[in-house]
Amino acid sequence: MSMSHLTENSAGASSRLLSAAKWRWYEIAFWIVAASLFFVFPTRLALLTEIVTLGLLALSIDLILGFAGIVTLGQGAFFGLGAYAAGIAAKYGMGVAPLSDPIVGLLIAGAVAGAVGFVTSFLVLRGSDLTRLMVTLGVGLIFAEVVNQARSITGGADGLQGVMLSPVLGIFDFDLYAQTAYVYSLGTLFVLFVIARVVMNSSFGLSLKAIKGNPLRSRAIGIPVNPRLIATYTLAAAYAGIAGGLLAQTTQAASPDMIAFHRSADTLLILVFGGAGHLYGGIIGAVAFRLMQDAFSSGSPDVWLAAVLNALPSFLNFWPIPNVLTVIFGLMGPKYWSLWLGLVLVLLVLFVRGGILGLVQSIYVRIFPSRNKVKP
Amino acid sequence: MNADVMTAEVAPILETRSLCKRFGGLVATDNVSFKLQPGARHALIGPNGAGKTTFINLLTGVLTPTSGSIHFDGQDITNWTLRQRAIAGVARTFQINQLFPDLTPLQSVLLAVNEREGAGRDWFRPVGTRKDLVDESVALLADLGIDDVMDERVGSLPYGKQRLLEIAVAVAAKPKVLLLDEPAAGVPESEREQILDVVARLPTSVALILIEHDMHLVFRFAKTISVLVNGGLLVDGTADEIARDPRVKQVYLGEEEVVVHG
Amino acid sequence: MLTILFDGIAYGMLLFILGIGLCITLGLMNFINLAHGAFAMAGGYLAVVMMNSYGISIYWCLPAAFVFSALLGALLERTLYVHLYDKSHLDQVLFSIGLVFIAMAIVDYAMGANQQIVNLPPSLEGRIDFLGASIGVYRLFVIAICGLLTVGLQFVLAKTRFGSRLRAAVDDGRAARGLGINVTTIFALTFAVGSGLAGLGGALSTGIISLDPTFPLKYMIYFLIVISVGGTTTITGPFFASILLGVADVAGKYYVPAVGGFIIYTIMVAVLILRPQGLFTRSTSR
Repeated sequence: MSMSHLTENSAGASSRLLSAAKWRWYEIAFWIVAASLFFVFPTRLALLTEIVTLGLLALSIDLILGFAGIVTLGQGAFFGLGAYAAGIAAKYGMGVAPLSDPIVGLLIAGAVAGAVGFVTSFLVLRGSDLTRLMVTLGVGLIFAEVVNQARSITGGADGLQGVMLSPVLGIFDFDLYAQTAYVYSLGTLFVLFVIARVVMNSSFGLSLKAIKGNPLRSRAIGIPVNPRLIATYTLAAAYAGIAGGLLAQTTQAASPDMIAFHRSADTLLILVFGGAGHLYGGIIGAVAFRLMQDAFSSGSPDVWLAAVLNALPSFLNFWPIPNVLTVIFGLMGPKYWSLWLGLVLVLLVLFVRGGILGLVQSIYVRIFPSRNKVKP
Repeated sequence: MNADVMTAEVAPILETRSLCKRFGGLVATDNVSFKLQPGARHALIGPNGAGKTTFINLLTGVLTPTSGSIHFDGQDITNWTLRQRAIAGVARTFQINQLFPDLTPLQSVLLAVNEREGAGRDWFRPVGTRKDLVDESVALLADLGIDDVMDERVGSLPYGKQRLLEIAVAVAAKPKVLLLDEPAAGVPESEREQILDVVARLPTSVALILIEHDMHLVFRFAKTISVLVNGGLLVDGTADEIARDPRVKQVYLGEEEVVVHG
Repeated sequence: MLTILFDGIAYGMLLFILGIGLCITLGLMNFINLAHGAFAMAGGYLAVVMMNSYGISIYWCLPAAFVFSALLGALLERTLYVHLYDKSHLDQVLFSIGLVFIAMAIVDYAMGANQQIVNLPPSLEGRIDFLGASIGVYRLFVIAICGLLTVGLQFVLAKTRFGSRLRAAVDDGRAARGLGINVTTIFALTFAVGSGLAGLGGALSTGIISLDPTFPLKYMIYFLIVISVGGTTTITGPFFASILLGVADVAGKYYVPAVGGFIIYTIMVAVLILRPQGLFTRSTSR
């Protein structure tokens, strides 16, 4: 092909491509808000820390599902592995660096989970979505069993106790109010987020989107599909491991609950809720999910029910309305949290494509149709 | 095809020897021995179900043959994967669009250029850093007349533009052999000419194999033709020979009259 | 030893009746319904309520559980599932996990989180000696019912017009549609019958395995193992897979209680890797 037909279009093409990787004002605002929560909610820092670790786990699923298109129900295994790896390292370090150094612990967690991710990645390359689901689920269950059985190392069903950490960077000790924990985990999330952002905006990231969109064509244009997927799966596993390590360090414990199946399912939900394929989807989903859960667990449905029944206008006060309200409020207790979770999932799949961020995006496009295209 | 019908005694760029493919009891490709010269303009024709697409799938590595061998540029590539062949220089388009619906045409072509230049595994520099590769992609899109939509979503492009992009993505790899599987299939009459024009302008450094049902198009494009029937090679030769061959007329009798234009 | 084998077979046959609906719907529509166990749970709880609260005989409870779960399955299939056939596997997984969560919460609310224990009629209690092995009468009953159902299913599939249409639809849905077979109707019927069988299995299982709100999640994994080992193209594949799993699970829990689950999951992953289409399927299919 001759190269003579260069039009005015070509001049801006690379800068238009590059502009996709530029930091936007709302991204910067997002991180400033996240950091300022330290001062706004000084009493809720433990909860915020947990949200950060959940967000990091959801981000790790986003790398493999949202960007590379591999359905997984086993990310909880890497999370749990990371939690136990960091926990065990800190326990045997007896609170003294280097083994009890938090950052060394995270590196160990990431390395262990990443190594296991690399080995198991060969299992998920083959087969259909269904096979992948079952293999990832099966691998997750196997590790959960291993953790449960290896009592001498992991503490079995009682969990790992006595996780002692030396101060972060040798200076900041973990405190009762989770001040250090929040700053430390938010910093970790930020660093890992920036790395993920760089990778997903690179040529490598573009080829992942191609593989997700059409693996056959990707091979036909020379993209090495399997090596790319292995690399991504390994990276995602390492991220999940670091997330687990963070949770173990900041709660100073590791429990079988951290590696259980429901963690994989919950986090998948968090990601889909926030918006898979957007880097912020997992974090936003984690915030929404955890706040919802918190509202349910700290709420008092009996009081609300009484208030609503009192305020009920008389023309509505006939059978079955009060009875239905009683049932609904009865189901609002923390015990029945899974009902609302399930409802959200079902409604999400049926009606809201792309989660919260997908919704925001489609509203934005409707308001500013002209800004939809990347044209100059 | 027989060496003596070809213009010169050049080593073939692509060759199959006794190639067979069976699906269960069905023989889809039956003992096909075939040679393609560098720079060829070759058409592969045959009635529906003759095994044309299966043959293309064997050549590109989408399927593996039951027996026989495939040679490209002097190497036995029978057991190479689709990707290895793509890197070596065997590219193809698909009868049914195989594109990236959520990417833009520019990104789609850039992907192929990236992989050709070894820039695809670059994981830290943002897409668009290598200006030379972007410029090449844009130039290719302009050459095929689809640079006006290069930042649109591929999935929302009109079908004709998608067919052109299908060719652009394959050409971007700078292949030595390009297999075009019914490039104008399903394209409205008004847009066919544009696609034919693009195919006609492809550089002679690329050997082309065209699968096509439209005989006008075949005889306008091809210098040499192979006829596949029931998975086997019925006959091959120059376009004139094929047009005159009574066996070919026999095969197409009842389906379509073989008419030669020019 | 013989007792364990016998218990394992009873358990395996129960798993087969519980899971066969999922195998067929998966093969038929390529639809991943992780909520299949919820239909089994519905049948199980219905039977518990009928037996314990109203004192109705188990012989009436079993058909009632079948009808109840089948109707429930048909209702949900027509109203909800029908919107998901053309969606991605991820959506199907999320949707059906959502249904599982909802079902668990509703049952928890209505019946409480504790295990349900049924009072079996005296005629089904006790054990008999057979070739030196002590065999539970109820397990014998389970084997008889499941065996009859399996033979019946095999007959319907192999000998009836509906069966041949169903097999054609599983083999190649597009071709079947081309032949004028109404795949949608077949699917709705199969879904309902599959759910009904799950419900019946759930009712039967109350005498063998514990029934509590986590049932659908716990047994989802067993169903997936049956599918991955047995494949979805026949019913003999899942049948042998179920028996194998049942015996392995019972024996594993008895002999090596510490690593029983571990072995089963490992076998599942190994089968998936070595034979992605299932251990008991024809290798030439597709």
